[in-house]
Amino acid sequence: MGFLHRHRGLTPYLLLAPGIAWLALFFLVPLGFLAYQSLESGSIDFGYAFNWAWGNYWDAIHNYRRQFIRSFEYAGIATVLALVISYPVAYFIAFRGGRWKNLLLLCIVAPFFVTYLIRTLAWGTILSDNGFVVRTLHDLHLLGSDGRLLATSTAVVAGITYNFLPFMALPLYVSLEQIDSRLIEAAEDLYASKLQAFLRVTLPLSLPGVVAGTLLTFIPAAGDFVNAQLLGGTKQHMIGNVIQAKYLELIDYPAAAAMSFVLMAVILILVLAYARAVGTEQLTG
Amino acid sequence: MSAVATAARQRPRVGARAWAFTRHHALTVYSALFFLYLLLPIAVVMVFSFNNPSGRTNYTWERFTWDNWIHWDDVPGIRSAIVLSLEIALLASVVATVLGMLIALALVRYGFRGRGTTNLLIFLPLSTPEIVLGASLVTLFLNFNVVFGFWTILIAHIMFCISFAVVTIKARLIGFDRHLEEAAMDLGANEWATFRKVTLPLIAPAIFASLLLCFSISVDDFVVTYFNSGNEVTFPLFVWGSARVGAPPQVNVIGTAIFVVALGAMLINILLQTRRSKGAE
Repeated sequence: MGFLHRHRGLTPYLLLAPGIAWLALFFLVPLGFLAYQSLESGSIDFGYAFNWAWGNYWDAIHNYRRQFIRSFEYAGIATVLALVISYPVAYFIAFRGGRWKNLLLLCIVAPFFVTYLIRTLAWGTILSDNGFVVRTLHDLHLLGSDGRLLATSTAVVAGITYNFLPFMALPLYVSLEQIDSRLIEAAEDLYASKLQAFLRVTLPLSLPGVVAGTLLTFIPAAGDFVNAQLLGGTKQHMIGNVIQAKYLELIDYPAAAAMSFVLMAVILILVLAYARAVGTEQLTG
Repeated sequence: MSAVATAARQRPRVGARAWAFTRHHALTVYSALFFLYLLLPIAVVMVFSFNNPSGRTNYTWERFTWDNWIHWDDVPGIRSAIVLSLEIALLASVVATVLGMLIALALVRYGFRGRGTTNLLIFLPLSTPEIVLGASLVTLFLNFNVVFGFWTILIAHIMFCISFAVVTIKARLIGFDRHLEEAAMDLGANEWATFRKVTLPLIAPAIFASLLLCFSISVDDFVVTYFNSGNEVTFPLFVWGSARVGAPPQVNVIGTAIFVVALGAMLINILLQTRRSKGAE
């Protein structure tokens, strides 16, 4: 303690050291290795050698562009759906939750307490060919008699939407909750209709939550492969499925590494473009 | 004549009232439907833990049985998978919470060079897809010929839990009155005594929340673990493996049990917090 007292400037660094070292060693350094590996060529039998094989990136984009596009398409649709579905509920909890707020928030995160894979499998049960959803849709003639939901893109998007919904709802709630209700009253006193007050006061003030929720939903959704694997067929495979197979089944490390980087780069570009368009500086906290 | 006039006058009023009623309650009804949708798969998991499937797949309801609950470990490998998951989650949540608390203290209490970089380093793992986290760690371990198993899983879990711990504890540290700590120091307490007697009790709820959060993230993790587990099988990996041939109803039993325990812990946390805030009033 005497030492700390004499070198007060050191204290923050000592506090940071173990945690930051862990993140540097097991997050940053591995990314470096991944980058290195993405530029290697060779095969598992003869070993891989580093030779600036930029072709890996071209192959990744060219051969798997369909899976890339599908990933961002599914993730985009799921994010928009999650936003539209959960905004009214976040609004409800924030402004009308009263003393039930905590309980309702607990319900929002309840799906997280059921193992991710198990709740995805539960959707498999719900959407299965003799499940009640498919039967109802058949009865209403909304689905052809041999139509099914499992192994379709609808099922995969539905699964992704459900699985990441709390990531959208919680930040929305937090930003709505912080809004001073007097501002909305003031707008109404100044003869704004309820709709105008919402569009010109509530909605803009909740924008940080929209941004945070969108990112928290879109990023994991774009890299997901569990929903496509359990609820879809090979026609619904996303880039995550390809990376996973290349790594663990085909042992084609350089290709998988290149694809991981393309995935990260595209996400980064989309996130920056989105942040610029929305114009909030909430990104780095 | 007059009756007709009254009816004519009343009709729009009834219509308007019905419209007002719908408008006022539309949000409530919609929210109720939303929660129904949110909780539906959980109900399915619970109900199917009591199913007695005739074939290998537990997809259609056959008939009620207690067997799956009584013989919950009657599936080879399920017990060791659960034990491994609990061990990893316990260790990972404790280590990550301690490391995260130290980082949060440094970030909130001290001004120092490199603060922005530190914030960025905390934020980055949260905004990286899990599959990239998993893939890059595999590459590291392969390069150094590390044997995959318990330790590689634990290292990975601590890594992705740290950021969540920092965020949780930082929020609480920002929220509380620094004067309390200064008062303790003025009264002659040194930094360590101040931390132990003032800071720690004040951020205890955040530490508990961080432990809960890290534990549940770790127990639930599939993607990163899948890449770094070698031959070890955690519970999510067990589910993944069994899903290919049809998950046995015991999987639903464990899923239900985890849900009930986690929900109970959260309820206790909420109750403690409401009581604490009531006591403060």
